[in-house]
Amino acid sequence: MAEVKNVEEVKEPLFGKVEKKLMTDPLNDNNPITVQVLGICSALAVTSLVYPSVVMSIAVIFVCGFSSLFTSLLRNAIPKAVRMIVQLVIIATLVTLVEMALKYFNYPVYKQLSVYIGLIITNCIVMGRLEAFAMANKPWRSFVDGIGNGVGYGAILIAVGVVREIFGKGTLFAGSPIEMKLIGANAGKVEYMINTAAESGLGSWFGWYANNNLMVLPAAAMFIIGIMIWIQRSYNTKLVDVS
Amino acid sequence: MGEFINIFIKSAFIENMVLAYFLGMCSYLAVSKSVNTAFGLGLAVIFVLGVTMPINWLINEYLLSETGLFGQDLTFLRFILFIAVIASMVQLVEMVVEKFSPALYSALGIFLPLITVNCAILGGSLFMVSREYNLSNSIAFGLGGGFGWFLAIIAIAAIREKIRYSDVPPALRGLGMAFILTGLMGIAFMSLMGIDPAVFAGPK
Repeated sequence: MAEVKNVEEVKEPLFGKVEKKLMTDPLNDNNPITVQVLGICSALAVTSLVYPSVVMSIAVIFVCGFSSLFTSLLRNAIPKAVRMIVQLVIIATLVTLVEMALKYFNYPVYKQLSVYIGLIITNCIVMGRLEAFAMANKPWRSFVDGIGNGVGYGAILIAVGVVREIFGKGTLFAGSPIEMKLIGANAGKVEYMINTAAESGLGSWFGWYANNNLMVLPAAAMFIIGIMIWIQRSYNTKLVDVS
Repeated sequence: MGEFINIFIKSAFIENMVLAYFLGMCSYLAVSKSVNTAFGLGLAVIFVLGVTMPINWLINEYLLSETGLFGQDLTFLRFILFIAVIASMVQLVEMVVEKFSPALYSALGIFLPLITVNCAILGGSLFMVSREYNLSNSIAFGLGGGFGWFLAIIAIAAIREKIRYSDVPPALRGLGMAFILTGLMGIAFMSLMGIDPAVFAGPK
């Protein structure tokens, strides 16, 4: 809190040290998923492919940033007793906008994400940032904090998505315009970069390769995040849980 | 009746909220440190899900749909109305628990109001809409989903109580282990896919 007071004296740059810290902190030391354990709820189910995870991340970044901004603008007008409801209404409105936009621009992905877009409302990370940060800070700073947390969240989602899609399906960005088929047996018109059914060349070295069906199951996302937490905490020992 | 049991079994075991759809993970991970609090929260979730689901069904059917009271397609209001119903039901549960079981109330602490943002509750209502359940189906889905969530949180809490005495690598202690255990439980629950719900449904 003292920090905030000091900054007000000097003319602050639009994107100074504080903003940079707010933006980068959620990427590692204060990651919403692996450290704060918020927001795992809704979105992991979409990580079996990368493309929906990217769309989901963008949606969360948008909602997280703008709900922080609006809550922060209204923070002095919101009575303490009903603040939860006001926050929920702000979030729900933004999510409704996202849902409509997605339905209009990209219907197949909208179908694929089904209820999970609506579940951004109850994504604890959005609500958590509003309660912990936006209710006590200025609009611009809250906006940066919201975006930062959204990005930290999206980074994990996409990382999980990449691992699951490459090992589970042998493709990357399936369903999007830049679809890449990495490894697998050619069948009909479907051609992979590494054709495991080939007689000669690189592909013939991978004749033993088969997609790991475990990665398609929801359980795989759990294992991958567990292992990510393991790796992160091995390097960053101050995060280790002592209990 | 057969269909009721059918959906109950399906939502509780085969398509478990936590293990198959990752719904309600936040409170699932945060409150599963002891079996007692997990039990209390599990019961609260069953109740809230069982109550909000039919209410939201009625709202969706009679207020928001084109054949409803206003004769207009108001489905864009769905999120806001659903979350309002859930928030007020949670408030009600909170008052009831505070009155009849102060011990449980203090044990649950902050997590009781947080049921509002428990994705399982809103997720259940949204699934109900997208799967086009009718009223009795949605009651079965609410109770079954809540029961599945209850089972999952009790199981993980019991395992976490035991694993405290095991020699887990320091970096994996706590959260990391909880994730991996949840994954293993998910695989274990998949063996229940063999249950044929049609057996309970009986001849039509």
